[in-house]
Amino acid sequence: MADPLDPAQSVAEQAATIPGDGQWPVWEVFTQSEEGAPHEHAGSVHATDAEHALQNARDVYARRGEVISLWVVPSAAITASTRGDAGPFFDPGADKAYRHPQFYKVPRGVRGL
Amino acid sequence: MTAPSVLPPPPPAPHDELELLLRLGDDRLVLGHRLSEWCGHAPILEEDIALANVALDLLGQATMLLRRAGEVEGKGRDEDALAYWREAVEFRNCLLVEQPNGDFAFTMARQFLFDVYAVVTLDAVSRSTNAELAAIAAKALKEAKYHVRHSGEWMLKLGDGTDESHRRVQGALDELWRFTPELFAADDVAARLAAEGIGPDLPALRAHWHELVHDVVERATLTLPHESSHTPHLNGGRAGMHSEHLGHLLAEMQIVARSHPGAKW
Repeated sequence: MADPLDPAQSVAEQAATIPGDGQWPVWEVFTQSEEGAPHEHAGSVHATDAEHALQNARDVYARRGEVISLWVVPSAAITASTRGDAGPFFDPGADKAYRHPQFYKVPRGVRGL
Repeated sequence: MTAPSVLPPPPPAPHDELELLLRLGDDRLVLGHRLSEWCGHAPILEEDIALANVALDLLGQATMLLRRAGEVEGKGRDEDALAYWREAVEFRNCLLVEQPNGDFAFTMARQFLFDVYAVVTLDAVSRSTNAELAAIAAKALKEAKYHVRHSGEWMLKLGDGTDESHRRVQGALDELWRFTPELFAADDVAARLAAEGIGPDLPALRAHWHELVHDVVERATLTLPHESSHTPHLNGGRAGMHSEHLGHLLAEMQIVARSHPGAKW
């Protein structure tokens, strides 16, 4: 059984829910499109090691020249919130308008905010 | 008036430059086509895309080189005319690149031997006294450096992998090795071009190529075949004497263009 207080077990349990496809480990790919921009999740690749993952990420997600930097992370290294976390994690923010920074005007010239 | 005591060497005929462009271009056109045969058949999706990427890079390089060849030739032939309307005896590619794909290990060994060759020769050509050629080589060199990183990694994985992958990639190296002397053989054309600083000094590049290949092969726990192998070295590609495989490859590559001349889409 999953112990919600044990992050490692939670990850392992999640990994076990991925259907076994007999393939290499999965790596998550993050791409950066321009200097200063955040690395954004692009998708995933199968690979045997980090260099292999980087090459596959390059070939699958960066082959048309729209990327200037790549990160690859073993999917198993990611700790994700679970469906059951949704209430306690995310509901409290929904009904408090004052938490949203929508009462400010963003000065012209500020980009990437 | 005194005659000059030393005459400058005659400049290479335009024919020499055309030959060089065809040799460089045809290597890439033929190998690019071979790799495209993997499309939809590679071991995993990611590798399928990787092989197609390399194929498209090579096709792009071939396009630039053959377009320039058509300009130098001056008979109104463009890159498509040169790719689709020449016969096998008119192709100037080395024999290595026309060899059939075999299994994945064979394709990767062939690719690795060529990629290292491409890096060392393009590096030399990027310093050519011929500005157009130097510019094309400089652009292609960036791509070749990625290609060799990719095929080099596969040599390590397959060589230092399972017993079966080791056996297969060692067998591929053993079989392909006899095609490598041709890569560095300099005929009269190549010698003239090298003397003028237009083309690469091929025999002089061989030691560096060998060193780079040896380094990866050793780390991959593989063995380089002996130079004095009793297997005869094969060449003739640069003079249009090809193995039977090129004709079959060209038949498939050229049939659409020849069946529908001038078709556009």
